[in-house]
Amino acid sequence: MVKRLRDYTLDLAIRVKPGEVMVLMGTNGSGKSTTLNILAGLLAADTATITLNGQCLCQTNDDFDVPVEDRRIGYVLQNSAVFPHLSVRDNVAFGLRARHLPRAIITERVARWMDRMHIADLAEFKAGNLSGGQKQRVALARALAIEPGLLMLDEPFTALDADSTQTVKDLTRRFVKKMQIPCIVVTHRVADSTEIGDRACVICQGRKEWEGLPSEMPEMCTVCHCA
Amino acid sequence: MIPKHFRPKNYRRTLTGIAAGILIIAVTLYLALPILAIFLRVTPEMFFTSLHNPDVSSALWLSLFTTCITLIVVILVGTPFAYYHCRFSYPGKVIVDTLIDLPLVLPPAVAGVGLLVLYGRVGLLGKYFNMLGIPIAFTTLAVIMAQVFVASPFYLRQAKSLFEQLDPAYEQTAQTLGASSLRTLTLVTIPMTASGLVSGAVMTFGRALGEFGATIMFAGNLPGVTQTMPLAVYVGMESNVNIGLTISIMLVIISFTIMIAVRLIQNREANRA
Repeated sequence: MVKRLRDYTLDLAIRVKPGEVMVLMGTNGSGKSTTLNILAGLLAADTATITLNGQCLCQTNDDFDVPVEDRRIGYVLQNSAVFPHLSVRDNVAFGLRARHLPRAIITERVARWMDRMHIADLAEFKAGNLSGGQKQRVALARALAIEPGLLMLDEPFTALDADSTQTVKDLTRRFVKKMQIPCIVVTHRVADSTEIGDRACVICQGRKEWEGLPSEMPEMCTVCHCA
Repeated sequence: MIPKHFRPKNYRRTLTGIAAGILIIAVTLYLALPILAIFLRVTPEMFFTSLHNPDVSSALWLSLFTTCITLIVVILVGTPFAYYHCRFSYPGKVIVDTLIDLPLVLPPAVAGVGLLVLYGRVGLLGKYFNMLGIPIAFTTLAVIMAQVFVASPFYLRQAKSLFEQLDPAYEQTAQTLGASSLRTLTLVTIPMTASGLVSGAVMTFGRALGEFGATIMFAGNLPGVTQTMPLAVYVGMESNVNIGLTISIMLVIISFTIMIAVRLIQNREANRA
């Protein structure tokens, strides 16, 4: 994908395998969130080819672009963005209702995901009243309940305490492996990449600077000093 | 030795306190006394007798009817307008922004003249409506149009500001979950800004209810057709003071209720935050 930004041009090629967690790292403003927004369809790239499980989502050369609501990408944005006026149950059901699934399937799937994310006892609570860790689990349940083809998390551990961070990491890894879906996690902390990632990709000023196993990441990225 | 409370620093602080107290009392009395005077001038018997006057009841019902229609029009048209105005960039957006605010500073009588010149019997558009057998000026429709013109900025400004302040992450999340623009607007954006929108709607209702200048210029002062409560106050003060005072009291009560409603909504929102 290529997109001309204010200070630099984002020019990136990434590939994530099913069941793999790829950690996208970089300093603030390096293009991490922009990359996720382009993949989700929230932002248009100047040039891009995006393929998910063999299905083309975007091919700018052919002027082909699947709308954001039809991409089936589970995206947990920064600050989790749970809908504060809705209950936990309604938050998890939101994507399923938007897809007009039968009521029985919605009920069953919402109950299953609330159970898996350990938020079943919070079902009737307004999401706005939850703690940061609980909100993040609601957001994760909501994103996974639509059975996405790709899961993306943008800085999911910011503002979480150590216990909540570990819980979200464990849950994310477990269900990405179980559902065999590709997953991209944006973070700027090295510790996160080694604990959650199968592979890490360091970007700086919109360009890939390093890619490999998180455990093999250089102690200090010489170009962007982010790692 | 100078007593402690007469020392220069304390003395200055006391003087400042007295000056502030006088200022607060003076402003409060200036705002409250005219309202109080209306209530003191009318006895309960006079009030209830005038209340049964057909001119009073027709002005009351006409005002409530036109104001409710105005409010519905402003909410139904204004909400999506403010939403799309905030979410999209388009040429001339700054001009539209200015036009939204213009009725707030424009003298209402001038607004009425403008509407009359445009929609009057020989107006720029009015002559065509007239040819089609749809007169606009000096009808109840004209009352509603005048109210919409002068009162809509209260709602539009509020809605615009709320939509601008809402974190786009909520709408983006809804979209990635498969929600259409309409679903996102109705299930996420509007509920998350509802308290503020209601507050704007209440202020719009209040402004529309008190509208005088544009209405009298564009709709005239026909009892039962275009004579709203503020116009009836004007007529009443010339012919029957009791009627003017009775309607004034009703308007004061409605205005107070509106202010209390807005305060309650704002407090509830503050407590929630």
